[in-house]
Amino acid sequence: MDMLATNPAVHPTSTAKQAAFSPYADHGGTNLAIAGADYCILASDTRQSSGYNINTRFAPKTFKLSDKSVLATAGCQPDCNMVVTRVKHSMKGYKYTHNKEMSTPAIAQMLSIMLYQKRFFPYYDFNILGGLDEEGKGCVFCYDAVGSYERVPCNAYGSASALIQPFLDNQVRNKNQQGKEKVTEFDPVARLSIDEAMRIVKDAFTSATERDIYTGDFLQIFIVTSAGVEEQLHPLKRD
Amino acid sequence: MISDIVAQYTTPEASLGFGSEALPSQRGFLSGDVAHQFNSLAFDLPRTQDPVDFLHTYTDVKSAEDNLIKLAHGTTTLAFKYASGVVVATDSRATQGSVISSQSVKKVIEINPYLLGTMAGGAADCAFWERELGRRCRLYELRNKERISVAAASKLLANMVYSYKGMGLSMGTMISGWDKTGPNLFYVDNDGLRLKGDLFSVGSGATYAYGVLDSGYNHELSKADAIELGKRSIYHATHRDAYSGGSVRVFHINESGWEFISLTDVDDLHWEYTDQARAP
Repeated sequence: MDMLATNPAVHPTSTAKQAAFSPYADHGGTNLAIAGADYCILASDTRQSSGYNINTRFAPKTFKLSDKSVLATAGCQPDCNMVVTRVKHSMKGYKYTHNKEMSTPAIAQMLSIMLYQKRFFPYYDFNILGGLDEEGKGCVFCYDAVGSYERVPCNAYGSASALIQPFLDNQVRNKNQQGKEKVTEFDPVARLSIDEAMRIVKDAFTSATERDIYTGDFLQIFIVTSAGVEEQLHPLKRD
Repeated sequence: MISDIVAQYTTPEASLGFGSEALPSQRGFLSGDVAHQFNSLAFDLPRTQDPVDFLHTYTDVKSAEDNLIKLAHGTTTLAFKYASGVVVATDSRATQGSVISSQSVKKVIEINPYLLGTMAGGAADCAFWERELGRRCRLYELRNKERISVAAASKLLANMVYSYKGMGLSMGTMISGWDKTGPNLFYVDNDGLRLKGDLFSVGSGATYAYGVLDSGYNHELSKADAIELGKRSIYHATHRDAYSGGSVRVFHINESGWEFISLTDVDDLHWEYTDQARAP
């Protein structure tokens, strides 16, 4: 009875096959972050999909870590979840050992190492870490899957990043705008008020929802200021 | 005592064999000080017959377009030794597939005040291993009460990545600095190759950079001319290589360590050089 499976001569078209190990899925969704002089805004939609199928309209993927930092994740949901859990766990250990909260730049370096420890079996997870640094300035750190990171004034990650990032480059970094001061790495914060930045965030997401099938349903916004983290929820189109 | 502190954060030199590090569980993963989990190197592997093949399927940079996990890469970097020091220049573009993921990457890595590394290949690989190199160089200083030579530092890096040979690391770096013997420059890559030299260029735009660099290079160059040559070489590479671009970043090394020179948008350089060509 095993003849068919083991003897190719009996069944010439069948050969032994090892099922591929495929641990990753792309659950779509988009994140955006803008760092200002004394604030940081992180925003993400809440749609989660698998291919053309919408799994749920409300699956938050951005999480408050402390009064000064927020982590946004996009990619494979279980991997994202694991990263957030591990970061929170290590932050607790740090707090109990040193009796102080981890600063956002310290979390940034730790997250980089955590991601690199999975260099040979990466998390399928693209992170943006945002918040306030030790000086109270807004900061945004964006990562690749294995821990390469950079401090930037603004960033968009996820399925609609190619739609939103050019818009942010122009409106937040003042790229290709004659007579406007460019935002460079020497002072990587947007020259915008919170209200102006919020308008850009909302416009970016309503527009991305129009053109990206993986973005929509709700927009979750975290506003980090010296007063703490404020959370808002806005509706997006559900089609 | 400084030696107690050194002992706390290291394993004894004699037992420092690669691959012999304890697993996270053996190191007290859940112990109070979370820093312990980052003390020594241990990497997770997928539970498959061939972990390397698994990694290639998902992240191989040579076919980045088809891969699920696109790692940041693509580059032009150069460094050269001349009479009064070393010039290091890089572009600042990172690409994931055909998307430009950043135009503001820091591809010059400041290992310590007198050692610089450059970044070509996988951004995370270069950043992680050169940070680890910085840690080991500091420990060398504490143990030996003198600065590590560039030759020794580059060999530390080459040995570290050699122990992961064939596992998919991607790194092409130039380690440069000033030590007892003067200016020094080494090329180190993920195969474990380590070369001493006067002039190197690494990355997808390296051939274009070499063209300009070789034609203008002279050991007796003035500092200003040397910096200008580095800048111009990177500019021409960004002009012809789609995977290079952004801004040109220049560093200079002399006997008192490295010094940041400039960061210039290649578009500004383009018009500057175009105007110069028209002038005479």
